Amino acid sequence: MNERPLPLFGPGFDPGPSFAELLRRTAPPDAGQAHAAGQQHAPVDVPHGTTVVAIRFADGVVLAGDRRATSGYAIANRRIEKVFPADDLSGVAIAGVAGPGIDMVRLFQTQLEHYEKIEGEPLSLEGKANQLAQMVRANLPAALQGLIVVPLFAGFDERRGRGRVFSFDATGGKYEEGDFQVNGSGGVHAKNWIKAAWREGMSVDDTIDLAVRSLFAAADEDTATGGPDLVRRIFPTVAVIDADGYRSLDDEDVARRATALLGGAEEGAGE
Amino acid sequence: MTTPFYVSPEQVMKDRADYARKGIARGRSLIALEATDGIVIVAENPSRTLFKISEIYDHIAFAGVGKYNEFEMLKIAGVRHADLKGYAYSREDVTARSLANAYAQTLGQVFTHEMKPYEVEILVAQVGDAQQDDELFHILYDGTVQDEEGHTVLGGQAETIAQMIDTRYQAGLSVDDAIRLGASVLGENDGQPLAPEQLEVAVLQRGATGRAFRRVKGDELGRVLAG
Repeated sequence: MNERPLPLFGPGFDPGPSFAELLRRTAPPDAGQAHAAGQQHAPVDVPHGTTVVAIRFADGVVLAGDRRATSGYAIANRRIEKVFPADDLSGVAIAGVAGPGIDMVRLFQTQLEHYEKIEGEPLSLEGKANQLAQMVRANLPAALQGLIVVPLFAGFDERRGRGRVFSFDATGGKYEEGDFQVNGSGGVHAKNWIKAAWREGMSVDDTIDLAVRSLFAAADEDTATGGPDLVRRIFPTVAVIDADGYRSLDDEDVARRATALLGGAEEGAGE
Repeated sequence: MTTPFYVSPEQVMKDRADYARKGIARGRSLIALEATDGIVIVAENPSRTLFKISEIYDHIAFAGVGKYNEFEMLKIAGVRHADLKGYAYSREDVTARSLANAYAQTLGQVFTHEMKPYEVEILVAQVGDAQQDDELFHILYDGTVQDEEGHTVLGGQAETIAQMIDTRYQAGLSVDDAIRLGASVLGENDGQPLAPEQLEVAVLQRGATGRAFRRVKGDELGRVLAG
């Protein structure tokens, strides 16, 4: 028999609606220990994701990220994706070491869907943010060795009828942000740009433009953040989350907006 | 020490099967139908929170009749099986066939080794890109798996209902047609038409990207049944 048997648990051993717990219960005893042993210094030659932003607007949240991954001073990837849907009504943007980050997103996506299927209803937005905080905390031993992953989490809160943004620190601390937050090496430049232009009740279009523009500002000042690449047609990843759900903007749309902004580049383009 | 009476294995199996069948026969029936734009599952179920039909994975649904706590436990095990597999490999690698086999193993094991067999009959349905790729696995209390074509009926009065479906089911039904057919056959079997509140209906939508499972309920179900 090659099939994996049904995972059944006796009373007291049931992992409940937690997928992470289910993984622990079904994993061979020594799995997952690999990164805890040995190396004490961060390997510099693994790809790092850089700048991501989350901005709240009138009806929801915009999540955006540049497309560059760096490995030391080298560009590891020009087209990496850092913005992912978590479920229908929320998304995650990752900065930090790309490998564990992408893995964390996959685990998080599975966890949210798993909970919904087992319990018959989705987690609240706050509950989702807390789940992600636990995953960040679980990564702490690796973070102490330099393999740090810090996501941004944003979603539409159906019970409160508005978009919300959460940030995290390496220890699993979860902080709700009022209006916007950034992460990654170019984050400070992006944040300054957003801070200067953000207004309460912005339209979705203005907010997308602000996100794209803030990433350009970051790319302008930070070598690890990728700017718009007109030669290869590479543009930031942008997603909008509102009452209708999570939708990723298609490349053409972002390209059009990016080109229009470049046309008006004199604003804030001083050398 | 007293010697236990000898009971032939045939008798043991027959007693267990009778016991399980009796439990299943007490519950109401459930119908699954393949349609052009998806798979439809219709059950008679007055509860709006204790479901008989559930989502397992992107293109896979589960339905059970019989004892609620037993098929609910099997449903949860199925979700875990599918999510573990999808996480370890990829979403495309999660298949109804593999899940049906795992269910068959478990039910067969329980039927022969435990004090009491499960009083359940379950369905694992998977919607394909085209109707000929649809899969309906009907699994019995003793682990017997039947690979059904077009439609299947689970539960106590399965045979009577299956005959009614047989005469009226045609290839080329739409999802809405299939919902109406399922609801009317269940109603006729009861001797009175069923209101939307007495039905639990779910659809695996063909061609959906990602999760294809969708419940049809409330006003939408009312409109479909009236249409």
